[in-house]
Amino acid sequence: MISSKKIDPMFGRTDVSLVGRWWWTVDRLSLGALILLIVIGAVLVMAASPPVALRLELDPNHFIYRKLLLVIPAIVIVIFTSMLSPGVVRRIATIGLAISLVLLFWTVIGGTEVKGARRWISLGGLLLQPSELVKPTLAITAAAILAGAPVRKSRWAHLITAALLALVVGLLLMQPDFGMAMVVSGVWFVQLFVAGISLYWDIGLLLCVGLVALVSYLYLPHVAGRIDQFIDPAIGDRYQVDKALEALRVGGFLGRGPGEGQVKSVLPDAHSDFIFAVAGEEFGVLAGLIIVMLFALVVVRGLWRLSSEKDSFVLLSAVGLLVQFGGQAVANIGVNLHLLPTKGMTLPFISYGGSSMLAMAIGMGMFLALTKERVGSRNLNGWSKLQHYGAMNQ
Amino acid sequence: MRRILIGTSALPDSPDDSKSSYKGSSRSRLFTVLGLFILCFAVLSARLIDVSLLRDGGEPSITRAGSDRPGATGRADILDRNGVLLATTLRTPSLYANPRVLLDPEEAAKKLTTVLPDLSYNVLIQKLISKRSFAWLKRGLTPLQQHQVNSLGIPGLGFLDEYRRIYPQADLTSHIVGFCGIDNVGLSGIESRYNAELTAPDRLGQAISLSLDIRVQNVLHNELSEAVKTFQAVGAAGVVMDVESGEILAMVSLPDFDPNRFSEANAESRFNRASLGIYEMGSTFKAFTVAAALDTGIINLKSRYDATNPLRVARYWIRDDHAKNRWLSVPEIFIYSSNIGAAKMALDLGGDRQKAFLDKLGLLSPSTVELPEVAKPMWPQPWREDSTMTVGFGHGIAVSPIKIAAAIASLVNGGYRIDETLIRGKSVSAKPGDRVKSVSAKPGDRVVSAHTSKMMRALLRLVVTDGTGSQAEAVGYSVGGKTGTAEKPGKRGYRRDALISSFVGVFPSVAPRFLVLAVLDEPKGTKATHGFAGGGWTAAPTVSRVISKIGPMLDVMPIREKDAESHMILEISSEEENLEAF
Repeated sequence: MISSKKIDPMFGRTDVSLVGRWWWTVDRLSLGALILLIVIGAVLVMAASPPVALRLELDPNHFIYRKLLLVIPAIVIVIFTSMLSPGVVRRIATIGLAISLVLLFWTVIGGTEVKGARRWISLGGLLLQPSELVKPTLAITAAAILAGAPVRKSRWAHLITAALLALVVGLLLMQPDFGMAMVVSGVWFVQLFVAGISLYWDIGLLLCVGLVALVSYLYLPHVAGRIDQFIDPAIGDRYQVDKALEALRVGGFLGRGPGEGQVKSVLPDAHSDFIFAVAGEEFGVLAGLIIVMLFALVVVRGLWRLSSEKDSFVLLSAVGLLVQFGGQAVANIGVNLHLLPTKGMTLPFISYGGSSMLAMAIGMGMFLALTKERVGSRNLNGWSKLQHYGAMNQ
Repeated sequence: MRRILIGTSALPDSPDDSKSSYKGSSRSRLFTVLGLFILCFAVLSARLIDVSLLRDGGEPSITRAGSDRPGATGRADILDRNGVLLATTLRTPSLYANPRVLLDPEEAAKKLTTVLPDLSYNVLIQKLISKRSFAWLKRGLTPLQQHQVNSLGIPGLGFLDEYRRIYPQADLTSHIVGFCGIDNVGLSGIESRYNAELTAPDRLGQAISLSLDIRVQNVLHNELSEAVKTFQAVGAAGVVMDVESGEILAMVSLPDFDPNRFSEANAESRFNRASLGIYEMGSTFKAFTVAAALDTGIINLKSRYDATNPLRVARYWIRDDHAKNRWLSVPEIFIYSSNIGAAKMALDLGGDRQKAFLDKLGLLSPSTVELPEVAKPMWPQPWREDSTMTVGFGHGIAVSPIKIAAAIASLVNGGYRIDETLIRGKSVSAKPGDRVKSVSAKPGDRVVSAHTSKMMRALLRLVVTDGTGSQAEAVGYSVGGKTGTAEKPGKRGYRRDALISSFVGVFPSVAPRFLVLAVLDEPKGTKATHGFAGGGWTAAPTVSRVISKIGPMLDVMPIREKDAESHMILEISSEEENLEAF
């Protein structure tokens, strides 16, 4: 009824061009939230990064330029990727996984060592972090394998994805990058959980996770150190966490105002892992809550919409992408609020970091692509049923 | 309905696809994930509000850094016995520059010299034009100076907090409290001796309480300074001690220094004469000779010695400064400070017993006072007969003033050995003036009998009433004591012109509670003293003034002496009096 009266066909309901179809089928609310997060990230890097750049004896605007250089490409990637069809997404992801596995090998062999870990490779002057690219591609490939297998062969599908995961985790641990290994394992676990493996397996896997955690605590000193610091404030260096908490407290409800923050000048990772604290100090709890709400919006709305998704591939891959996105956000903000032990994890779209930003853009673009409205993609029940009836009644 | 896209052809589209195994439980499990995420985001939001809005602004998140609560500074305070601060640690800002960021070094240096006039422009400019990224400009600024530097608005300057040891009493306690280096490690005095305890993490914030009473310290310091000025002495040492507990209420060594600026102090002023200096104390030692002789019973107060003629010992002559040239009774030998009499008495006592007695008093070992600066005493080796004689009147043996104080206190406190201490409450009788009634309850080893101790009190009192120490009298405090005047050893024998003049006084002598020792190094006689520079003329009046001032502080009630002393009147048994009687 809207479109019929519109003279301009552009973006009308009747617009059947590629862009028009995309606009009316994509989840516009989630898209808006993601773009807003990217923009907020740009603003926050502007606020947080100059002191860090100065400390590293770079141009004060170094990180700002590089971030701004990424903002437009990131938005473009999100939109462009979201236009793809689920099949193309699957194919791209499979190829992407293969490429990123090669790059991961390369990283382990000839990567650039930064702070004692080989996580980056240099490609034509650009430092790339292949592990970022592994996350979305692995999630989608695993989903395809799980969804593609017939019921009686589901056990084999589980094993294949587990083998794939083991390969990736093995490569990540060689870097070493425990945080990333945890993320991919967690995503895989949730995918398997949603895919419906038996509860015994769920519990068994959780026990495995507990065992691995215990072993790391006992045998990896830096893991033990992090946990001990988290539990007992008197032990070790909690400098960054304490400063982050102080920043949030000082910020109050509306913050000190843009550029007025102090904590960024003393936090080494003000522009990446602790950018949330900078946001809290300069723009207040309000900004912090808005950021949390934006992440929550995308994750909760995405999962809610998936509840009526019938396509197993779409369901599992979208869950994987959302869990990665939401999990990283929760982990990062949790560290900033001292709810979790310190773990180097970026805040999706907001922290500074090119590879993370682009990979996240690809991942969330694919998520949008997968969750577009398709004929017969939904079980007709709940609110979606009403919506469909409404649409039909028109 | 072209507006609805067709799903991927590769995937099953039909709603009731039987191939998919993810049907029934899938939805509920998805909701589980959804619920967990909602929970996570809710917890994050709540925590965010809690951390920033509901948290009390003053509540520190950790217990160590960022505040000046006791213990935060890394070094505990040092207090006197009444809790007066002797040493503390303050957080002070130190100014540094990052010359790379500095826009205009000349202007910055010019501005800085206006606020910090003690900085030289040339030195500043050297630091500011350097290519380094860090240069200290000034350590330990005051808050006012920090504010002024900040007001200059020079970019590239910054402050780092440092912890600085502050000694509020400055030179008053320099030798006792000592000082710390720039890195806050104790280098002398209590600071060095108790460095580990002061910095021990498990007792941070627990101050160390010294036995010192800063008021008494102040009196002693003032009076000794005055004496040094009056008699143009090169130095002085003094001690005020509780004779029952051995607690040191005051200990002064002059010249001294300001521990806040220890680097400006020379070696002479850093030297603690009271504990590290050892001196031949002269006649003071006669107290030990007499006490030993009385206690062993070889003499009594009626015994007499011939002091008619000087005594020849090896190459030397032993003469009396206040020569009477006649037979002298034991009290006379003591109050007129007869060297001849004391030497003969020491001979009667014998070298072995003399040495054993001095050892029992602790005079032959280094002081146990809680300072790193203690000296070993020097005594004759071998201990021959002539040594016995000279030690009898305090020559040939050199000990530190603090040991003399403790030894005399041991003689008068009822006869038990006490050890000098600077730590409050270390000994059994903790409180000053805590009278320990029963002699048997005394903690230390007995050195002389209670009777001998009583006789020594009377003899010391006699020195003040009738002998060389008359100028030590402080009305109402019944001072007893002994003068000491010794020639300092020079390159060629003893120097007649360089004396160690001392007076050790105890009060009230009926039942002594406190001891005051004053030692002057090379005092010169004045018109008022008729050119005399001996202990009775220089140190005794100093002790008198100290006692008159600290008596009231230490709750010693003035007494009417005739009443109090009626039971301890001692017969001098002078030959002169006997002659008169004839």
